[in-house]
Amino acid sequence: MVRLITHNLLACHAKGCTTNNYPLKFSNVKLALREADFNPDFLRGFLPRIEWDALVQASRERCSTTDLLKQLHHVLLETHIDEGSMTCPNCGHVYPISNGIPNMLLAEHEIG
Amino acid sequence: MSRPELQAPPEIYYGDAEASKYTNNTRIQQIQADMTYRALELLNLPPGEPAFLLDIGCGSGLSGEILDEEGYVWVGVDVAPSMLEVALEREVEGDLFLQDIGQGFGFRPGSFDGAISISVLQWLLNAETSHPTSSPPHRLARFFTTLHSALRNPSRAVLQFYPTSDDQVQLITSIAQKAGFGGGVVVDYPNSKKARKVFLCLFVGDGRAASAAQQLPAALDGDGGAEGKDAKATFEKRRQRESRREKSGKQKVAKGGKDWILRKKELYRRRGKDDVPRDSKFTGRKRRAFF
Ligand SMILES: C[S@@+](CC[C@H](N)C(=O)[O-])C[C@H]1O[C@@H](n2cnc3c(N)ncnc32)[C@H](O)[C@@H]1O
Ligand SMILES: [Zn+2]
Repeated sequence: MVRLITHNLLACHAKGCTTNNYPLKFSNVKLALREADFNPDFLRGFLPRIEWDALVQASRERCSTTDLLKQLHHVLLETHIDEGSMTCPNCGHVYPISNGIPNMLLAEHEIG
Repeated sequence: MSRPELQAPPEIYYGDAEASKYTNNTRIQQIQADMTYRALELLNLPPGEPAFLLDIGCGSGLSGEILDEEGYVWVGVDVAPSMLEVALEREVEGDLFLQDIGQGFGFRPGSFDGAISISVLQWLLNAETSHPTSSPPHRLARFFTTLHSALRNPSRAVLQFYPTSDDQVQLITSIAQKAGFGGGVVVDYPNSKKARKVFLCLFVGDGRAASAAQQLPAALDGDGGAEGKDAKATFEKRRQRESRREKSGKQKVAKGGKDWILRKKELYRRRGKDDVPRDSKFTGRKRRAFF
C-alpha cells in the first residue's frame, strides 16, 4: 500500500539520476480510501517534511481549509494507490505498482 | 543445515512455502517481537512525538506489527515478494515496497525519524552476482549512504543481525562510518550462546544522545535465558513502553484483547471488507493454537 505520505518522500534512485528526479509521476492509478486513526501530533511533526508542490500535484483533492489537519490526514494517510505506476520525470524509469506494492528494483545498468 | 543466507538469494529462499512457515512459527514470532522491542528501546525516540519509521527488510511484518502496536507510522521494504504478500494478508498498517536494499534507497533527505532492521543485514554480506557493483562492500556502501541521507538529523538506526565473525562486524561498521554514521555495536547477553544478539546502533548527527557525548546504550547482560533476569528485562521494557504511552497521552488498547479485536473489526468494516466476522460473546476469547 502506498499512501501519499510515502509518495511525497520518494525520488528516483536510478544511477546518475540526481536532478529533476522528483516527484514520481503517477499514471493509470487505482485509488482506494482507507480510514486510519487521526493522529494530529504525528501530522504536526510531519508538516515540515512535506513537499507541498508535490502533494498538490499528486492529490486532486481541493483543500477547503475548514480543518487543515483533518484534510491533510485524509490526503496523506488515507489515500492509497493500489495499482498503476510512477514515472521518473528525469530518466523515465517506470516503477510499477501492483497490489499496492511499488516495485523499486533497478536493472543492473541502473544501479549506482 | 547451513545458514539461510548461504543457501540461496533472499527472494528465492523466502518463497511462498518458507514465507508462511517462517511467519507462522510461534517461536520465531516471539524472538522477532523481542528483538523489535529491544531495537525500539535502543532507538531512543523522544516520548510523545509519534515517529515515522523505516523497517528495513520488513519481511512478512513480524517486526512491523510491533510498530503498529506501538503506534508508529512506518514504511517497510523487502526484496522477497512472497514475504510481502504475507504481510499484506496480515493487514499490517505500513506502506510496503519491493526493494533490494543493496541497490540503495531513493527517499528524500531527512524523510524518517528512525530506522530499524531485524535479522536482515547478514544477507548483504553475501554477493548474489559476480558483477563488480554487486560485491558485498559495494552493496553495503550504497545501502548505508542512502540510508544515512534518508534519516533526519539527529536520529538513529538500529539494525540487529547475525554476523558469522568479528571481521564481518568490522567490515559493516567501517562502511557505516564512511557513510557518515556514528555509533557502534551493542551486544546483548554476550556470554550466552543462545541469547547473544548483535545490534548495530547507528547515529546520524549526535543521535539525540541523552548526554553530550555520543554514548552507546548499555548492553543487556546475563544469559537471557534464566527466568529471573529475563523477566526483569521484559518488565523494564514494558514499564518504559507504558510510561512512553502515558507521556504521549494516548490510550492504547492491548493487542489481541477483546477491545482491540472489536476496534480492528470496526476498522475493517469501515474499510469496506465484507467478510468480517460478527461480534459475539466469544470475540477475543483465548483459543487453543492448532498448529
Ligand atoms: C529473517 S527475515 C526478517 C523479517 C522481519 N524483519 C522480521 O523480523 O520478521 C529476513 C528478511 O530480509 C529480507 N532481505 C534479505 N536481503 C534483502 C535485501 N537485499 N533487500 C531487502 N530485503 C532483504 C528477506 O527477504 C527477509 O524477508
Ligand atoms: Zn530517474
